[in-house]
Amino acid sequence: MHMHLRDKVIAIIAEQAVLDVSDVTMDSTLQSLGIDSLGLVEAIFAIEEAFDISIPFNANDPAQSGFDMTSVAAIVHAVEGLVAQKAA
Amino acid sequence: MRRVVITGAGTVNALAHDVPGTLAAMRAGRCGIGPLDIADVDRLSVRIGGQVRGWDAAAHLDRAALSGADRFAQFALVAAAQAMRESGLAVGDGTDCGVVLGTAGGGLITQDDSYRAVYAEGKSRVHPLTVPKLMQNAGASHVSMAHGIRGPVFTVSTACASSNHAMGLAFQMIRAGALRAVLTGGSEAMLCFGGIKAWEGLRVMSARACRPFSRTRDGMVQGEGAAVFVFEEREAALARGARILAEVVGFAMTSDAGDLVAPSVDGAARAMAGALADAGLAPGEVGYINAHGTGTAANDRTEAAAIAQVFGAAAPPVSSTKAMHGHLIGGTGAVELLACLMALRDGILAPTIGHEEADPDFALDVVPNTARAARVEVALSNAFAFGGLNAVLALRRG
Repeated sequence: MHMHLRDKVIAIIAEQAVLDVSDVTMDSTLQSLGIDSLGLVEAIFAIEEAFDISIPFNANDPAQSGFDMTSVAAIVHAVEGLVAQKAA
Repeated sequence: MRRVVITGAGTVNALAHDVPGTLAAMRAGRCGIGPLDIADVDRLSVRIGGQVRGWDAAAHLDRAALSGADRFAQFALVAAAQAMRESGLAVGDGTDCGVVLGTAGGGLITQDDSYRAVYAEGKSRVHPLTVPKLMQNAGASHVSMAHGIRGPVFTVSTACASSNHAMGLAFQMIRAGALRAVLTGGSEAMLCFGGIKAWEGLRVMSARACRPFSRTRDGMVQGEGAAVFVFEEREAALARGARILAEVVGFAMTSDAGDLVAPSVDGAARAMAGALADAGLAPGEVGYINAHGTGTAANDRTEAAAIAQVFGAAAPPVSSTKAMHGHLIGGTGAVELLACLMALRDGILAPTIGHEEADPDFALDVVPNTARAARVEVALSNAFAFGGLNAVLALRRG
């Protein structure tokens, strides 16, 4: 289940970065993948749609969102949390 | 070259339904932003806005205008009538006068209501005047009909810079000798479920308050309303003994040709410097800047850097009145021009309310929270739009 979630998140991020999924690792940062603020907002939308969750992200103050969007690993971790919350 | 003056002003916005009430609210630093009263608000994550309260269109408009005018056009009609009344302008046969108004969304509420009816409520028909109500030029057309203005009449739509582009074109047409007078400004009524929902997607809206230039700012808050002015050729205005509210002396527009949404220091700075050059003014002559000041992280940082680039360490006081009336999108520059008129005529700088603490990233005097007395000879009004479009007006005491 969690592998599946990770693969789905990576696929969404790879599509946004116009890269092959093999080029996106858990250590990748959005900056290293060349995803700008608008790309990030589009990626968040795609993730929300894919998992039917709401990600509390405000582009004005990303640090205050309580949702770490800096690396692929952090995003996967956060999505896991939101999906678990939804199931609970 | 001919000179251009403002001889009348009118407005409807979250602070008041007229100019005196709006200026009194700006002097008092009153906030017109509050809980949104619209359909399906419970399905929005942003539930505040600068909504026009107690709007009774029937008190201002006849039956034909009522059934054919979307809320954005109603605001434009009422603001224009106020401006014409104050100006006392006689349009004659109307052929040497124009109407140039800005709007971004046009009849967005008409669209939203119609889509709700056919998609959500399963109805199979919508109001017969849906198309003429939602068209972007409806506001300008209604105003032309109400006042018999038969020269150039059109709408400018450049997102958040619409009003400034509109007023800039009005200024240029009069200055060039093409027209005697133009009713110009802008209007917007985007506070509906679809309008807010679309903005939510960008994740730049605050759910709490608009705090321009404050370190604690976390986004913009939308407003609605209109402001319309009578721009008039100066000699004609003086000859008929009109009261001069201010002179329009410069205008410049630039494009970033960069990012669809991220603002640019260079584009904003070139627009401010361009407006000064157009007016033949030095930066040191400017006594007040009405900022675009949306309260987003990106705009305020970029705008502050652009101001520093043009004015150096000696930047004049800068304030954003959006914290009071919200961001009127295509109508915003028009309502904000009222703050420039107040600075030039009354010697009062409207404050940037909601200011909690200075942002260490820039050193601007943002007239925090409380209005201030100051003698201002020249004021600038900034507007910077998505799509990278920048439009700045320069005004001088009349």
